[in-house]
Amino acid sequence: MRKKGKLSNKSADIQNKAVIHEQTKTTNSRKSFKLGYDFHTQMELKLMLLPSVILILVFSFIPLFGLIIAFKQYDPITGISGIFTSSWNNFRNFKIIFHSFDFVPMLINTLGINLLNNLVGVPVTLLFALLLNEVLNSRFKSFIQTVTYMPHFLSWVIYGGLFITLLSTDGGVVNTILMNLHLISKPIQFLIDPKYFWGIAVVTSLLKDLGWGAILYLSSMAGIDMELYEAATIDGAGRFKKMLYITIPGIKPTLMILIIFAVSGMLNNNFTQIYIFQNSLNLPASQVIDTYVYQIGLQQLQFGVATAVGLTKSVFGVLLLVGANYLSRKLTDSGLF
Amino acid sequence: MNESKSLGDKVFNITNVLIMLILMFLTLYPFWFSIVNSLNDGTDLIRGYCFFWPRQFTLASWRTVLADPSIMNAAWITASRTLIVTVVSIFNTAMFSYAFSRPYLKHKKFYSVLGFVSMYFSGGLIPVFMLFKWLGLYDNYLVYIIPSLFAGFFNVIIFNANFKAIPDSLFESAKTDGANEFTIFFRIVLPLSKPVLAALSVFVAVGIWNDYGTTLFFTQSNFLDTLQYFTLKLVLSSQAADHLKNVALQTSPELASLLSKSAGSGPVTSRTIELASMVLASLPMIIIYPFAQKFFVKGVMIGSIKG
Repeated sequence: MRKKGKLSNKSADIQNKAVIHEQTKTTNSRKSFKLGYDFHTQMELKLMLLPSVILILVFSFIPLFGLIIAFKQYDPITGISGIFTSSWNNFRNFKIIFHSFDFVPMLINTLGINLLNNLVGVPVTLLFALLLNEVLNSRFKSFIQTVTYMPHFLSWVIYGGLFITLLSTDGGVVNTILMNLHLISKPIQFLIDPKYFWGIAVVTSLLKDLGWGAILYLSSMAGIDMELYEAATIDGAGRFKKMLYITIPGIKPTLMILIIFAVSGMLNNNFTQIYIFQNSLNLPASQVIDTYVYQIGLQQLQFGVATAVGLTKSVFGVLLLVGANYLSRKLTDSGLF
Repeated sequence: MNESKSLGDKVFNITNVLIMLILMFLTLYPFWFSIVNSLNDGTDLIRGYCFFWPRQFTLASWRTVLADPSIMNAAWITASRTLIVTVVSIFNTAMFSYAFSRPYLKHKKFYSVLGFVSMYFSGGLIPVFMLFKWLGLYDNYLVYIIPSLFAGFFNVIIFNANFKAIPDSLFESAKTDGANEFTIFFRIVLPLSKPVLAALSVFVAVGIWNDYGTTLFFTQSNFLDTLQYFTLKLVLSSQAADHLKNVALQTSPELASLLSKSAGSGPVTSRTIELASMVLASLPMIIIYPFAQKFFVKGVMIGSIKG
């Protein structure tokens, strides 16, 4: 069976080559060449692929095998050989997580921050892109873009640090303004009081990536046929009608891809962001899966439990991706794959 | 398109420009705020922050930061790592992508399965930690370099789409002239891919420069601190200082040592040092990105949308 398949492959190859030969003779440029199937070329290509293949195998594939410690009673002291010698423990690591008091708040924080992020982030970024698209002076437009890109190129250490300073209780800008407007009588403890944490996380990530996020929308808006707008103008459509009936439907495929990514990333928080704003006092609102894995894994050295959390998260992440893609295909006919 | 300007149109345009100006202000202000305050006298700041302009201008904090050996070591670690990884990983990834994009490459399926699995599945923090420990990368400068030398399959997809835009006839004539794959890659593909190379280099450089996770997870020695991680320590300790005031000084040796060093120059406080090092840690990327901006859309969006 296998041999036959190989054989027919080979004959197909030969046929292909014949066809290609014909094509190059008639100077028909297709995505194929008569040359290149020889041993020498293939070895050169393999040499080019080799470094990356080794890196992928070592740094992406070997850790996948490490996932078995999620099902084991693993002790970090036993080192690498301990992975194989430690005993299986009947999903005890998973039971520990699901029965822990941290689990429900952690899940709520993870989903809540992400949901809020997307519910606020996607429409606001889209609105920003739409408004930016309406700026008539193209120099001013690209200047706005340059400026609003800036925070995207700052690290969360810097950006978070800036906001910690702005929100601080002793003379931070936000508290000073609110006090001077007599809206509050004493400074709000933004970073200590858990009830402000979600808001801070959402607003800062919105501001940081507003300009950058708009790139995708703007480039897909640029792909919309100008004749549609002209026809609509002749028919008497105003700016808002054109936005609503031409621009938004025109960028729907891009929008769907972004929504699929957003849904599949529901369990991934931005560790680098959350970690900056997190402290022991706002932990009830700021503990998310990613920070939890870091805390119990690398700080408390419960490797088995931390890996079990990580594994559960990635399994649900893949399910969410496939599910969101399926729904998007059903509903709108466009999807990622 | 805009020949007829009604009153509503004008109002819309003006409001729109105003919204954009406010947004730009919101974007730039936090950064401006930290520059201004890092240039102000530290003891003067106890009266309250400056909002638009330094009240008592001084370069003392900046001098302290730039003279501090641990900050300079952190800057060196960050810069060297960014430079090495950017150059090598972009080159390596471009080479992989070129070979991968050849229509006559055999076993292409194998490579794309490899790539997609690496893109969508990961072992997670702990297995990676154990691997690094096993390989001796833990608490080693090489942990900053080796694992990052392949820039990820997502970038391969972007490269791939760009390489497909190069006319086939170029490859064919080179091949018939007897050029081997390396010659084609170096002499034809790389020179023709400058926009995407520039854009992706900036992305990789920014990602590496701004990364503090590697330091946090996989190192423990102080001499491996990056600029971001050093700033992180200052930020976290001053956040704590906000609530615990003096205690933080005793628990944070970095801050204490910096302050004791600057004892001679009174205008330097933990606040101004933190702000100055924040500005220092972000400056290189802010200077770089506008130069590559024109390539972002051209080089990258083609790839990510079509690919």
